[in-house]
Amino acid sequence: MVVSLMQGNEAISWGALAAGCRFFAGYPITPSTEIAEMLARELPKVGGTFIQMEDEIASMAAIIGASIGGLKSMTATSGPGFSLMQENIGYAAMTEVPCVVVNVQRLGPSTGLATAAAQGDVMQTRWGTHGDHPIIVLSPTSVTQSFELTIRAFNLSERYRTPVILLTEGIIGHMREPIDLPDFDALEIVERVITDTPDHYVPFSNDLGDVPPLASFGQGYRYHITGLFHDPMGFPTQRLDEIDPWLERVHHKLDRHLDEIVMVEEDLQDDARIAIIAYGVSARGARHALKLARSQGYKVSMLTLLTIWPFPEAQVEELGDQVDRVIVPEMNLGQLALEVERMVGRKKVARVNRANGEMVTPQMILDVIES
Amino acid sequence: MAEHILGAHDLDVDEIQIPREDWFESSDTLQKLRKNKKFPTIWCAGCGIGIVMGSLIRAIDHLGLSNDEVALVSGIGCTSRMPVYMDFNTMHTTHGRALAFATGLKIARPHMQVIAIMGDGDALAIGGNHFIHAARRNIGITSIIVNNAIYGMTGGQYSPTTPVGKQATTAPYGNIEPPFPICELAIASGATYVARSTVYHVLELDKYIQEAIQKDGFSLVEAVSYCHTTYGRLNKFGTAPDMMRGLKKDSISKSAFEKLSPRERAENSKIVRGVLHVDDSREEFSRVCRQLSERVRTGGSQ
Ligand SMILES: Cc1ncc(C[n+]2csc(CCOP(=O)(O)OP(=O)(O)O)c2C)c(N)n1
Ligand code: SF4
Ligand SMILES: [Mg+2]
Repeated sequence: MVVSLMQGNEAISWGALAAGCRFFAGYPITPSTEIAEMLARELPKVGGTFIQMEDEIASMAAIIGASIGGLKSMTATSGPGFSLMQENIGYAAMTEVPCVVVNVQRLGPSTGLATAAAQGDVMQTRWGTHGDHPIIVLSPTSVTQSFELTIRAFNLSERYRTPVILLTEGIIGHMREPIDLPDFDALEIVERVITDTPDHYVPFSNDLGDVPPLASFGQGYRYHITGLFHDPMGFPTQRLDEIDPWLERVHHKLDRHLDEIVMVEEDLQDDARIAIIAYGVSARGARHALKLARSQGYKVSMLTLLTIWPFPEAQVEELGDQVDRVIVPEMNLGQLALEVERMVGRKKVARVNRANGEMVTPQMILDVIES
Repeated sequence: MAEHILGAHDLDVDEIQIPREDWFESSDTLQKLRKNKKFPTIWCAGCGIGIVMGSLIRAIDHLGLSNDEVALVSGIGCTSRMPVYMDFNTMHTTHGRALAFATGLKIARPHMQVIAIMGDGDALAIGGNHFIHAARRNIGITSIIVNNAIYGMTGGQYSPTTPVGKQATTAPYGNIEPPFPICELAIASGATYVARSTVYHVLELDKYIQEAIQKDGFSLVEAVSYCHTTYGRLNKFGTAPDMMRGLKKDSISKSAFEKLSPRERAENSKIVRGVLHVDDSREEFSRVCRQLSERVRTGGSQ
C-alpha cells in the first residue's frame, strides 16, 4: 500500500479504474474536468476508452450505449452539464442500464460561479429527470471516501441495474488529502452475471426477483430496449397488466435492499438532546463543530449521510426521536433539510445554510447549538 | 422485368436483386423480423418508412450478417420505431440521440454492425450536433435517415428539411426557414460514404444500404420518403401513391444529372439520387481508439 496525496477528483478516477470502468465519455466543465483529464490518460493504459463528446447530452447517451455493449461506464460533470444529462439519466433508469454519473457541484443556478462549490443539486439528483424513477445518490465527505464511494457506485449500479450518481462538489473535488490506496485486486467488485441461455432470457422479467440479470449486446442475447413502457421482453406496451408489475418491481427494487444501499456514519453520544445531520463537504465543518461543542460540555450526536438517495429515512427518524433538535448544515438554501423535516417534524429542525460559495463554518453550527 | 424497371425509371443499379416471388416464404430474411411478436406496425397504411425497413432487411440478408452481430439504434419519431420490428440487438433511445448512444456501443462492441435509424427532425434538428460530430470522427456507424421533410410523429410540424413555402402545422402561413441538404452536410462533416435515393427507387435503397453497411467508417443513406398523413394532407399532395409518383417525377439519378448542361444543373430542383461521396482514406474511429490504447500500452506515448 502506498499513501499518496491526492485530489478528490483524482481519487474518483482511481476508484472508477479500480471498479473496472473501461469507458468514459465527458465534456469539460469546472470543477470536474480533472476526472476527464485523468481518465484520458489512464484508460488507454488498461485497454479502456476515453472520448470527449460534443456535449453532456451525448456523453450521457454514449455511456449508456457503451454499458449496453458490456463496458462499465462513467461520465463526470458539474451543474450546467448535469442539467443537460437529465433526459438520458431517466432513460437509463427506465431501461435499467447501469452507469455512473459524477456531479462535482458548483454554485448555481445557471453558469453561477464555476470555481465556487455548493450543494445546490441535491434535489436535482433525485428529481432532475421527469417522471417517478428509482435512483441512488452517494456523497463523499473526503478524498478517501471519494475513492471508496466511486467503487461502491459502480457496484450498486451493476447490482441494481440503475444509474448511480456520485454527488460531490468543488471543495472535496479539488482538495488534497492523504489516501491509502488499497490493492485493486483485493477489492470486492460486482460483475454482470448471466446464467440463462439466450432462448430463455427475459431482459425485464418481473418474476426473477427485483433485478433481472442484464445481457450485453453482442453476446447472442438479442432483445429490445426502449424508453417507452415495456413488457418483460422489452417491447413497448400500453397494457396495464404489463405496466403495473413493472412499476411495482422497478419502483421498489431499491426500497427492498436499503440495508445494502443506505450508508451512514454515526457518532452518537448518550443522552444527547441535539443532533447534527450532514453530508458531503458540510459534514466536515459539522464534525469540527461537534468536537468544539463537546469540549464545551454539550451533548451532541452526529449522523453523516453517505447515501443521500434513497434518503436514510429509518436512521434519521430514529435519531430524531432521541433528540429535541436536529441541525442540518448545507451549502444551499435548504434541500436535504426538507427530507429531515419530513422525518422528524419541522419544529425540531434548525437549518444552517450558506449558498454564496463559502462553506458552512463550524462557528455557524456552534451558534445554533449554543442558542 | 428487371430491364423494364431499369429502362423505365433510370435506376442507378447495374445488377438487380429483384426478390423472387417466393422470397417471403423461403428467405432467411423472414427470420430477421420479429414476425410473430410485433406486427402489424404502428405506421399509417401507405407510409414509406416500411419500404426502408424492407431495404434494410434485404441488405442485411444479402450481406449474410447474423442477427447477433447487428445492432439497430434509433431515436424518437415514426422512423425511429423501425428497430422494434427486427430481430437484432435493438435500442430505441431518446429524440435526436441515436448516434451518441451508438457511438458508445460501437466503441464497446467494435465488431458489431451498428446501424442508426433516424428521422429528419431526429437526425438534423435535435440531433444535428451529434450528426456532424459522428461524421467528423468517422465512427463506424451506418446511418439511415428517412427524410419525409416533416415531423411525422408529432403531427406535421416543419423540420430542418421542409422546403420554404410549404405548409406545416407550425407554419400555417408557409415555412419561412431554409432547409438543410442532409447529404452535403454529412460530406462536409467527414462521412466516408454518402448516398441518397427515395422510397420509390427501392432497388437503389437496397444497394446503397448494403454498400453503406460494408463501409468501415461513418456512412449515410438518405432515404427520401413522404408523410401523406400530415405533410401530404396539409399541402394537398394527395394520397400515398400520389406522393410516391411525385418522388419518381421529382428525382433524377446522379448519372442523368451529370449529363445536364451546367445551366440545367444549376437550375435543377429535383432530388439527385446516387452515391454522392466515397472516401476510403480515413480510419474508422473505434479502431483509432484501439490503436491508441495499443500504442500507449506498448510504451510509445506520442
Ligand atoms: C426531447 C424531445 N423533444 C420532443 C419530442 C417530441 N417528438 C417526438 S418525435 C418528434 C419529431 C419526429 O420527427 P422526425 O424526426 O422527422 O421523425 P418522423 O416522425 O418524421 O419519422 C418530436 C418533436 C421528444 N420525444 N423528445
Ligand atoms: S404520420 Fe406520416 S411518417 Fe408517421 S407513420 Fe404516418 S405517414 Fe408515416
Ligand atoms: Mg420526419
